Amino acid sequence: MIKVRIPTPLRPLTKNQGEVDVPAGSIADMVNTLEASYPGIKARLCDDSGELRRFVNIYVNEEDIRFLNGKDTALKTGDEVSIVPAIAGG
Amino acid sequence: MSKMKALVCRECGKEYPTKAIHVCEMCFGPLEVKYNYEEIKAVISRKKIADGPNSMWRYLDLLPVEGTNFVGPHAGFTPLVRAKNLGAYLGLDELYIKNDTVNHPTLSFKDRVVAVALTRARELGFETVACASTGNLANSVSAHAAAANLHCYVFIPGDLEAAKVLGNLIYKPNVVEVEGNYDDVNRLCSEIAGEHGWAFVNINIRPYYAEGSKTLAFETVEQLGWKTPDQVVIPMASGSLLTKIWKGLHEMKYVGLIDEVRTKINGAQAEGCSPISTAFKAGRDFFKPVKPKTIAKSLAIGNPADGYYALKATAESKGAMDMVTDEEVVEGIQLLAQTEGIFAETAGGVTIGVLKKLVKQGIIKKNEVTVAYITGNGLKTQEAVIDAVGRPTRIQPSLVAF
Repeated sequence: MIKVRIPTPLRPLTKNQGEVDVPAGSIADMVNTLEASYPGIKARLCDDSGELRRFVNIYVNEEDIRFLNGKDTALKTGDEVSIVPAIAGG
Repeated sequence: MSKMKALVCRECGKEYPTKAIHVCEMCFGPLEVKYNYEEIKAVISRKKIADGPNSMWRYLDLLPVEGTNFVGPHAGFTPLVRAKNLGAYLGLDELYIKNDTVNHPTLSFKDRVVAVALTRARELGFETVACASTGNLANSVSAHAAAANLHCYVFIPGDLEAAKVLGNLIYKPNVVEVEGNYDDVNRLCSEIAGEHGWAFVNINIRPYYAEGSKTLAFETVEQLGWKTPDQVVIPMASGSLLTKIWKGLHEMKYVGLIDEVRTKINGAQAEGCSPISTAFKAGRDFFKPVKPKTIAKSLAIGNPADGYYALKATAESKGAMDMVTDEEVVEGIQLLAQTEGIFAETAGGVTIGVLKKLVKQGIIKKNEVTVAYITGNGLKTQEAVIDAVGRPTRIQPSLVAF
């Protein structure tokens, strides 16, 4: 199982759960399994062509997936995934 | 009717109430304040602004707060310095430095955004304020929170300059040093913000916070005699400042303060953290995040939230972007200090370095009215120049010795 931390804007879809556990072998897979349990979530994360939206940041064990393998980044049991909206400078 | 109409998603246009929210629930796009420009146009005028306070609050009609119970009443309206010596050195007839090294109270442009953010946070009923910061923002939030009797948490990366760490502690906020870089701090804070009911100035208060940067555009135009400059050079970290200066120039036109905007917007980054400039030079409208490695720590954001919009604004204005090495950053700091008597922090060195490059490349021309934005004070980043400035001449206290 993968632990996924859900950001505030998506919690209405996860019955207000801040963390959910899903089985998944990759980020793309995770998006689909999340969608199966929480319908509507995929459309928030991905655009019409299925690509992750520009302002969605996803981290696996605190590393940005754009430094890993993007949507194809592999996941294994025990991994923690954070979904985080882009935030301003400081 | 309020001057603020709504918060609106920059991506999909969905509207939200003017509360402490920053992300579109539908598409994750950033929310931005939407104004009733027609109403503002009816009440704003050059005279009203000129008769207003000697602070950025003279542009209150274009700022996203409801009342006049300001936190940070003295922020902004910093000098626009005619830089004759630096202009002559670079070969520019009319160069100006917008000098936010002397912004009140914490010597960086962040006092503008924080004044707006905390004023709005108080209006929304918050008692605790917080931020993720590369230093200057934390200093400003700490100082303003002390003055406004607000509880305060600031989160900073573990490798900040000593003065920027001390510049928090003196005001006694809760200072949390995170083992990691700014992007790590940012991600952590974004998750913390979801759990606590705090006003995180650059997270859930961001739509208001970011608007404070527009005052750098307003002031420049007023100080130039209600004319827009031909060229501006702006340092980029998240890209928000550049985006908001562009927005501010256009708002002045929407509300009838000026007739046209003919400014080219140029963005500056350090080579060791230049995701936005790199994308621009490659002709891409998207950036790849990087792991920052530069002395310009205040600009060391590898995953710039407004990078996409900064690229767009620069392209729309027909401006340019460039980057400089850390050596050029130090040279830029020295050049500005030695020609104009202004001691800038590393971000200022980046701006001057890129200004120099753009003039050399013929992108900024001799006769163009040019403004360089110097956003922070050199006394906060002494580590960057300590090895470059030499030592005093030491003597015995006698006339002979001299």
